[in-house]
Amino acid sequence: MNKDEIQELQRQARKVRALVIEMIGRLGVGHIGGALSIVDALTVLYFRVMQVRPEEPSWPKRDHFVLSKGHGGPGLYAVLAERGFFSTDLLWTLNKPETLLPSHCDRLRTPGIDMTAGSLGQGFSAAVGIAIAKKISGNPSRVFTIIGDGESQEGQIWEAAMLASHRKLDNLIAMQDYNRMQIDGNISDVNGLEPLEDKWRAFGWNVTSIDGHNVEEITDAIGKAKEQRDRPSMIILNTIKGKGAYFAEGKLSSHNMKVTEEEWQNAIVELQREGV
Amino acid sequence: MELSGRELRSVYTEKLMEIAEKDDRVVVLEADLGKASGTIPFKDKYPDRFIDVGVAEANMIGVASGLAVMGKIPFAHSFTPFATRRAFDQIAISVAYARLNVKIGGTDPGVTAELNGGTHMSFEDAGIVRNLPGMIVVEPADSVQLLSLLPQIMEVDSPVYMRLDRKNTKLFFEPDTEFTLGKIHQISDGSDVTIICSGIMIQSSVEAAKILEREGITARVLNMHTLKPTDREPILKAAEETGAIVTAENHSIINGWGSAVAEVISEDCPVPLRRIGVRDHFGEVGMTDFLLKKYKMTVDDIAQAARDAMALKSKDVGRR
Repeated sequence: MNKDEIQELQRQARKVRALVIEMIGRLGVGHIGGALSIVDALTVLYFRVMQVRPEEPSWPKRDHFVLSKGHGGPGLYAVLAERGFFSTDLLWTLNKPETLLPSHCDRLRTPGIDMTAGSLGQGFSAAVGIAIAKKISGNPSRVFTIIGDGESQEGQIWEAAMLASHRKLDNLIAMQDYNRMQIDGNISDVNGLEPLEDKWRAFGWNVTSIDGHNVEEITDAIGKAKEQRDRPSMIILNTIKGKGAYFAEGKLSSHNMKVTEEEWQNAIVELQREGV
Repeated sequence: MELSGRELRSVYTEKLMEIAEKDDRVVVLEADLGKASGTIPFKDKYPDRFIDVGVAEANMIGVASGLAVMGKIPFAHSFTPFATRRAFDQIAISVAYARLNVKIGGTDPGVTAELNGGTHMSFEDAGIVRNLPGMIVVEPADSVQLLSLLPQIMEVDSPVYMRLDRKNTKLFFEPDTEFTLGKIHQISDGSDVTIICSGIMIQSSVEAAKILEREGITARVLNMHTLKPTDREPILKAAEETGAIVTAENHSIINGWGSAVAEVISEDCPVPLRRIGVRDHFGEVGMTDFLLKKYKMTVDDIAQAARDAMALKSKDVGRR
């Protein structure tokens, strides 16, 4: 990836962040922390890595994506809108009555959403099922998924992790949003995940741990994961909850917070200053 | 297909393989109970389409949902409690809420868990699954009924929960009898009382009707193999024409067949109702006959319930 391409991805990620902040800001409340922490990964996936057709969301040969931490929905919706799956105007309907964009991802409502998620741990199993189905059918496309760190306290995550390596699902590339915070406090205070890399290795996964806000590192890590044979890959994204919104960044309260008009508008101005 | 003397699980797997032969969407999932479910022959014939996730029912249902996203038609199995309550939120969200075409088979329904006892003996499985929007809940009682219903279960684009009495070798129906998923099957006609039954309670309901017949009472016997969607019309017709109803189920009377019938008649045609089934308690070790006797679910209990319901017919409205 050359310098221009990197800068373009960075700009795109800033644009997505501004949309996330505006969509939650206009509503006044939302899961802004965990939506913003995954924006860079989502941007790389949808603008650089995944084979998708926005005009044909259910294109059979596409790469699939499951946002297992379903509350990150607004982050994904902003990326899908930018990628052309639906119009930006739809973003302002977030959580309004009859909306196509509910808090948590819903495959029946939103163009481009491959799986419903929100009850934590479940999307990851579904991603494993999608990967197995692709193997059975000889479909060479991949499935990508993002799980949360708090989500990884669910036993189902590790049930799915065992099966994915047992079945040598090298078409499954997972990322873990390690922002180190959950609703009740810091992960390390509530029920720590460390040693996290060792855990995934012990479960038979190919593991890398990177700066989850560095588009170049994300792109490289996915590139290497694609070359893996006979093992699923886990890319641990070291992230900051609420990244890019000064009022939310690094704050425990950002999981599901109220946002004032002044806050969201100022945050967008900051992002615009860097270029969106 | 030869059925006599064969266990239901053997017929189930043979039929599923026959369907899978023509339809490569069929995938079988197990959580370390493939031998119990009887699906190992499927594994031998279609190893690529057989997924044993090990002892991890939540993941089994989740993986099944992912397979369904890709257009596969997964059939996932376990004992009734582990196929339902153990993975209930996965069924609720990843299957029902996501409206994915996953078929779930729960084996050893109710008292047929026998010597596995209370931990493996669920009386609430059909009931909890019935509570989920869009779920079809069906209990194919014998191999004849299963052979007729399984292709329909396969065809319907909807999640289905099947209650399977895997070891059952008895045939309650004549070979080649046709059944329609979602439709009540009338076993015999009568005008004095109606017995609505399912699963292993079919045989005892038919026998109870014979006892009543000797007393000059004619009982209509209806087999409600599909708990959900509830086939309202034959229930209302029975209420209207016979004026009293008994339900007989190998399940809790809370949220099962008795409840479903009560919901229908109390809304649209209230008549006396008596429910035979498990009355709000857990299971225990014991053979089927012993448990049915202990839980007051025998032929005589059904016959007596019919007499009791009939005796209430003439009573005016008020507390019974």
